Parts: sequence; C-alpha cells; structure tokens
Amino acid sequence: MHSPSQSFDVIVVGGGHAGSEAAAAAARMGARTALVTQRVDTIGVMSCNPAIGGLGKGHLVREIDALDGLMGRAADAAGIQFRLLNRRKGPAVRGPRTQADRKLYRQAIQKLLREQDGLTLIEGEADGLVVTNGRVTGLVLTDGRSLQTGAVVLTTGTFLNGLIHCGEHTEPAGRVGDRPSVGLAQSLHALGLPMGRLKTGTPARLDGRTIRWDQLEWQHGDEEPELFSDLSTRVAVPQIACGITSTTPEAHDIIRANLHRAPMYSGQIQGRGPRYCPSIEDKVVRFADKTNHQIFLEPEGLDDPTVYPNGISTSLPVDVQEAFIRAMPGLDQVRIVRPGYAIEYDYVDPRALDPTLELRACRGLFLAGQINGTTGYEEAGAQGLLAGLNAARLAGGQEAITIDRTKAYLGVMIDDLVTQGVTEPYRMFTSRSEYRLSLRSDNADERLGPLGEALGCLSVERRAHFKQKQAQLLQAQALLNERVLTPNEAAARGLTLNQDGRRRTAFEILSYPTVSWADLIRIWPELRSVPERIAARVETDAKYAVYLERQERDIAAFKRDEDLALPESLSFKSISGLSAELAGKLETVRPRTLGQAGRVEGMTPAALTLLIAHAKAASRAKVSV
Amino acid sequence: MTTTNDPEVIFAPATGMGRAAVAIVRVSGAGTRGVLEALCGRVPQPRRASLRTLCDPATGEDLDQALVVWFPGPASFTGEDMAELQCHGGRGVIASILRVLARLPHCRPALAGEFTRRALLNGRMTLDQVEGLADLIDAETEAQRRQALRALEGETGKAVQQWREDIIGAMALMEAAIDFSDESDVSEKVIADGLRIAQSIRDQIESELSKPQRPERLREGYRIVLAGPPNAGKSTLLNALARRDAAIVSPIAGTTRDVIEVHLDLGGYPVLLIDTAGLRESDDRVEQEGIRRTQARIAEADLVIWLQPPGGEACPLDGPDVLVLGTKADLGTSGSGLSVSATTGVGIDRLLSLLQIRAETAFAAGEGILITRERHRAALEDTLACLDRALAGDAEGATELVAEDLRLAARALGRITGEVDVEDVLDRLFAGFCIGK
Repeated sequence: MHSPSQSFDVIVVGGGHAGSEAAAAAARMGARTALVTQRVDTIGVMSCNPAIGGLGKGHLVREIDALDGLMGRAADAAGIQFRLLNRRKGPAVRGPRTQADRKLYRQAIQKLLREQDGLTLIEGEADGLVVTNGRVTGLVLTDGRSLQTGAVVLTTGTFLNGLIHCGEHTEPAGRVGDRPSVGLAQSLHALGLPMGRLKTGTPARLDGRTIRWDQLEWQHGDEEPELFSDLSTRVAVPQIACGITSTTPEAHDIIRANLHRAPMYSGQIQGRGPRYCPSIEDKVVRFADKTNHQIFLEPEGLDDPTVYPNGISTSLPVDVQEAFIRAMPGLDQVRIVRPGYAIEYDYVDPRALDPTLELRACRGLFLAGQINGTTGYEEAGAQGLLAGLNAARLAGGQEAITIDRTKAYLGVMIDDLVTQGVTEPYRMFTSRSEYRLSLRSDNADERLGPLGEALGCLSVERRAHFKQKQAQLLQAQALLNERVLTPNEAAARGLTLNQDGRRRTAFEILSYPTVSWADLIRIWPELRSVPERIAARVETDAKYAVYLERQERDIAAFKRDEDLALPESLSFKSISGLSAELAGKLETVRPRTLGQAGRVEGMTPAALTLLIAHAKAASRAKVSV
Repeated sequence: MTTTNDPEVIFAPATGMGRAAVAIVRVSGAGTRGVLEALCGRVPQPRRASLRTLCDPATGEDLDQALVVWFPGPASFTGEDMAELQCHGGRGVIASILRVLARLPHCRPALAGEFTRRALLNGRMTLDQVEGLADLIDAETEAQRRQALRALEGETGKAVQQWREDIIGAMALMEAAIDFSDESDVSEKVIADGLRIAQSIRDQIESELSKPQRPERLREGYRIVLAGPPNAGKSTLLNALARRDAAIVSPIAGTTRDVIEVHLDLGGYPVLLIDTAGLRESDDRVEQEGIRRTQARIAEADLVIWLQPPGGEACPLDGPDVLVLGTKADLGTSGSGLSVSATTGVGIDRLLSLLQIRAETAFAAGEGILITRERHRAALEDTLACLDRALAGDAEGATELVAEDLRLAARALGRITGEVDVEDVLDRLFAGFCIGK
C-alpha cells in the first residue's frame, strides 16, 4: 500500500492520451514518475471516435512514434481497418489512419505503461495542487493522500468543471459515468490563470445487432495496410469493414422541429465548439440546403457489438436522438446503447504557457491536451509527450526543450497555441504548416530521431532501429549522388532530359516527374539493394527538390528571427515607443524569440525594431557582466 | 561581433521623391555585388564614387549615368554589403531603375524600417538611436499604408481586393481537397474549381500588367483636404492660396461637382489641394453623396485643414494630421492657433510656409508613390509566376505542390493586399463545406 506521503520526480494527472504519453515519456527519461487517475482501468480509453490518425493527425502520431511514444504502437496493435488517406496525392499529404478496437487499444496502452520502468500508477482523484512561492511542490488527493514532487503535468481532458448536456438535462461529469474535477479546477482558478469554457460532443452509440447491415454500403481498409510505428512489422488482428448510411430529409425535419430543445440553440451551452466537427443539429442549420449527410457506422471492436455512428454528434434529447437516427437507412430498428451528449469544460488560455508547455505563473506545472484548448487524441498525445519530457528535464535540473515550426507538426501546434491562443477547440490540419512539404509522415523519424537520441528518451531497440534506417538512407543518397549521366547518355537509355550538355546525378534525374525509381534500376541494377521504403523516401525528396530548396530559404529566414531570444526579464510595458495595446498583447503572449513576437497579432515593423534593440542591449549587458 | 549578410537584397530610394537634381537609391544584402555587376558591369573600388552607365541586364538598354559607390560589409550603414546609386532625379529615371532592380533574382523593395533593422541586427546602431528612429519607422509604415490605399483606389484597387478574395477561395478548395478528402461533402471536382479560379486571377493580373504605364497622375502629391462646415470659407481660401506667387498653380476642373482639386508646387514639392463639400447632416441625396466623397477624401489625406470661422462648430476630427485653422480673421478670432483672412491676406504666408514644411517632412519620411507602384508591380509579377507554376502542375497527383504554389502566390499578392493567413483560408473552407464526419 501507499504510505501517506510519497515523493516522485514527476506526477502526471490524468490517464488519457496526453497523460499516458506524458507519464511514459517522463519515465523513459529516467524520472521517477507517478500517473494519478480516477480509475486505472480507464487509462488509454478512447472517449470519442474509435480511430487514430488521419490528415495532420497521422503526422502527429508518426512524430510521437519518432520520440518513442506509445500511440503508434498501440494503434498498430489495435488497428482493425488501416487506410492511408490521400494515397493518390503526394507523399507530404498522405495521412495514415486506422479504426481501432477500443478494448485492444486501451489494453495496449495499459500494457506499455505497466512495462515501463520507473512508472507507478496511482488510483485516486487529484483534489488540489500544492504551490509554494510560485512553484508546484505537491499534489493532494481527495482521499487525503499527499504526494511530493517538483513537476506536475496536468492532462484533465474534459474533466475540469465538466458539465454534460443531453437535451434539457445537465449533469456535472468528466465523461459519461465519471466525476468531474472540481477541486483541481479551483486550484487553477486560485492561481489566477486566464481560463475559459469550450464545448465538444459525441454521438449516440448503437447496438450493431439491431442494424440492417444488408441495406448498407461498405467501406473497406487498404489492401496493403500502412502501419504507424517504425517498430511494428505487421497487422496484429483481423480487419473489418465499416457501413455507410446517411441522414435523410425526414431525419432533418425531426431535428429542425426540435431545435428549441437543443442546448446549443436554447442558450444552455456557453462554450465554443469546433467548426470542423459540428453536431448534426449545427449541420442541419448551417447547411440547410443539403438534404443528407453521409454517416459512417464504425464497429468499436472485434468482439463488441457497439457501433459508433461517425457524423451525428448531438446533444438533442434522447427521444429526438432515437427518432432521427431511426429515420436513416438500415437503422429503422436500431437500439441506442448510450445517447450522445455535449460536454462543456474549463481550459486554460494557452498563451499563459511557455512553448515548453510549462505555465509561466507556476513553475513546474505543465499542461497538455484539452486543458490547452485542443481536441483530438493525437494532438493531446503529442503535447503530453513534450510536457512529460520537459517535466523530467526540470526534475533532472536540465533546461526544458522546445520544438519549432520548421521541425514538426508538434512545433506548429504548440507555436499556434502559445502565440495565437484559441477561439475554438484546436485541431491539426496539414494546411496549418507552412513547411508542409518538409514535415511529412514518412520522415518524422529523420526530423525528430536525433533530438530523441540527444534527450535520451529512445529505448535501445528504437535507437538501433533508427541508426540502421539512417545508415540505409545515407547509403542510398550516396549511391544516387555518385551516379551521373549526360543528356545524351540518358537519351540512349530512353530518358529525355534537357539537352544542355550538363551531367546530372541520379538524384537530379529522379527529380523529373517522368522518371521513376524503376527507371533508375533499369540503368543501375545495383540500386536494387536499396530497401523499398528507403527508395520511396529518397524519391519523394527528389520529386520535391525544387520546392524544398525554396522552403530551405524560408526556413533559414525563419531561424534567423527564431535565434534571436528575447530576454525573459524584458518588460514590454516599459519599452518606450510601443503602443499600450501592443505591449498588452506582448505581455499576454510573452514571446521568447523575435520570430514569435513577429507572429503576435498586430505587430508592426517599428515595434519589432524596438524589440531587436532591447534584445541586443540585454545580450550585450549579459556578456559584459 | 559577427555580422550577417542577408541573402535577400533590398533596395529603396534614400532621397525624397520631390523635384531634385540627384536621387540616391540604396541597395543592401549579400548579393549586392551581383546587383552591381548586373547593372553596371564592373564593381567600383570600395567607398569611391565612380561614374558608371546603368543598364537593364535583360534588354541591354541604358537607364542613366550614375555615380556608384560600393560599400563592402561590415563597414557600411547596415553592416552588410551595400551600394548607393546616385542617379538623376527625374521620376522616369528612378522608376526604371527601381523596376530593373525588382526583377533581379532575390532582390526586392525594402519594407518599412528594414535598413534600420538590418543595421541593428549587425550591431551598427545603439538603442538610443533606434528609439529615435522608431517614430520615423512608424511614419514610414503609415505613409506606405496610405500610399498603398491611394495606389489602390479606383478600378485597379477593386480588382486587387477581388484577387485576394479569389485566391483565398482557390486555396480553400485546394486545402479542402487535401485535408478533408475523406469528407463526403468534398467532391473530386473541388480541385478543378480551384484551378478555374486561379486561372481567372492569373489572366486578370496578366492583363493588368500589360496595360501601358499611365501618365503621371495628378494625385501624386502631398494631399491636403480643406474641410469644415458649409460656408467656412474653404473655396475662398483655396483661391487665395492659389493666387500667391509662392504657389505655382495649375487649376484642374474637379472630377465631380463636389470636389475641386488644385495642384500647387511648394518649394519643389507637389501638393494637391482639395476643396470638399461642407460636412453636415443632410437629407439631400446629392449632398449626401458629396459628404460621402468628402469623408473618402479625408481618409486618404496627408493633411486635413479644418476651417473654423468665428463661432463655427469645433473640429470633429482628431489626430496629428489635422490642422485647425481659424478663418475670416478680419471678422474676429475663433480661439487659439493659426488664423487667416482671405480678404486681408493676414496669415496666408505663414500658412503656406507651414504647409511647405509639412510636405517636405512627409516626402522625407515616405518613399513616395513611385516605389509603391514598383512594389505593386513586382508583387504582381511574382504572383503571376507562382500562379503559372500552379496551373502547370499535376493538380490531381500532386495537389500539395499546386497548393504550395497557390500559397506562394497568395504570399506575393499579400505584399499589396495584406497577408493571407491560414485562418482566412480555413474560415472560407468551413463556411463552404460541411466538414465533420
């Protein structure tokens, strides 16, 4: 049993996707870590849709995997329908996705956590933080236990002052069937943090045994599944198909007739919901001219009859839910296992965070996931990973790390959050990245592997794997750069290049849209030795070469501004020449670099010049001390 | 201290755009030597003024005889490699030099305060110096904004705003095809729709660029708007100013019945004096239109002179660019400040010299309409090149590359219209498509 007071290097509160990654990452770094959760058996639960990955999101999972996180491995273990989205488009925008067996996913995460050295799982409800002189020093549980620590990662999901809405009925809850975190919310409010309310929703769950599947169309997975993790070698469990149905004019009429009973429209809900995941009542109102919406019926597991109807999240009353769902093809007899609902919860304005995910107002306190205004398992997991790494580094007396926009979607997300704040739950899209052609799901390990290695958060197996892949890549690149052809020699081999007499390397030749890897093998059979996925990656680099060179210049310009640090002690209010409004915005965001300051809304050239001057003056002062 | 040499070469006229014998164009950045080689062949000895013939490397056409000074970094104003081109002061000469510069690779017009910023980054300036310059940069930014507004008035301006809207629309379609390809509401044809929009913008920009350069426009001058209540004496003052020997006047019939424009030359600086309809609440439709135009003139003005007769209503406008002027000084005074009488001539000379100082200051701070126009041309040429690449791409198989070229096109166009942010694109996307399965 636990003693009344225990001490840990890092304590993670919450066992969702952010919490699991945070706890595992901190422990991988060698920190003595505790994960505190209301119920250990719900660690790794997928509270909403039973799927991992997608566009932008699949990129995040690959990045988590590159830093040896859990999500990719668990998704591969639980995946029951793998699909690579945008397969017919270019490699930069291909996003791996899978349906996941809810139970298998949870089990996979729990297994990975139990196997992790240095990690203790504690069942209990966090009641409040202990803060001494602006630093977090411990955590108190509702049963009276107190835990000592120097670093806490909060991943409260929808639990902070969570309030469920289902028609006229409201109920304080963190998730259906779970208590909300009220004490912890008080603790955060007491720190004087800027906080707000957001809203999200989930559809009803259906009993698959009451669906007329024979009336539906099917969506199947890919013939050749693309897995998430570099460490996975094959699909682990049998694959399934999803049914496709759609809403009907009749269903829309039912929804329209009952809008006054929808909390979103009656004014009962105050928090903002996401535009890209609207409830069915929102869709019917905002896109009134559409007579139907496609709905996917996704089985939640191999031995679970529950079905997730993707596309009809709702907070209408239960009787209305049943009526409109039964107006859809194949669902006329369906039984609702659990009604859909909307949930409102507290979040912290992420501009109160440093890009390390540590709160400026309370040192040692890190936030990750929905508490920072994001939505989605992948967004949460990626933040959890960085928060866990930094909590462990803090505990070890090391400086926290940041990941910038040029390096990873994780960096894009965190920069967006801490610089712009949020007005709706933040979700990742590939269009959010200005370096989309560089930040691909196929090169996540190349982008983040060296960082993981330097931090010491990679397992022995992962490190070996990474090294081997890097060596193969270098070898392939060398092979291509050593082989050259003149235009005439190429023509003799059936390839048309510009007749400019210039000798081109095999890599340059591969950059032609008309030339494929197979063409190169015809000319240089020894290239057959290059493993298929390495060849694919090199070919992508070649096809993108012109664009990547331009992007390199943009990245260089970005880095010049990003390398100029603004001193932490800089008081924006005291800079003469800055307008009060702009100084106020800068104080809210507290940019750490000139580049970040430039992305603050309303920034002017004169203001940036003043910031450079002050940064330069401060760095000179530092040197002369 | 290490200095950095920015690979992007920037240039700007360092002298005002008023009538002058000599104008100086400054160039800074790592490729400055290349710029000199392209323009005048041999690079002169460092810090030695040398007479060179500048010519357009694309056509071989001579542009001007100029004194060229080469300042290799770090011993230069910005700490980077720099050059000064001291050319003849005619507007046509400067315009052609700016245009040729804008077409050289990695070479673009400087942004407000950019020379200062580079000097600062290279430790060539102290904090005190910069704080003194911040106001100047603000003024530059404001002047650029105002000039951009002015350059964009009329048909072209409307077209440019429409291009911005359209390019956001095209990007939204392309991004929908990429980020939401698994959504049933996003059909395969969005890519073709996006390309159609891009093609239309492209054709319009090409036609705009191929229009012959318009002759010097009267509106290129320091704009002074006379405003005030009806019968405050605006027309009388206009006539009085126009009669003075100090002002060389070319009276132009107003383009509307409500606005009279008079072109003055004050100490070599072109000044445009605009008389407006009196500002007052009105039910009369013609008069309402006159007032609307007056307000539009005021928004574009460099200086508003609010005429206040004795006992007249107080100035409703506020700001450093408003001068309150008492009129009919022969009939009594209307409070403190400058007052004039068109009847007796009291105060008119003082007013003229004050206006000259204002015009001089404005021309020194701003870069003038010329560079604005060249900046626009350069931006439109870039936009066109990006759109051409986007349209030539494989939109189905490599949508992400077409989207990248559209993004670059939007970025180039954004130099005229203001930045296109990813949020603008997402707003459009979520308004147009029902996303969320």
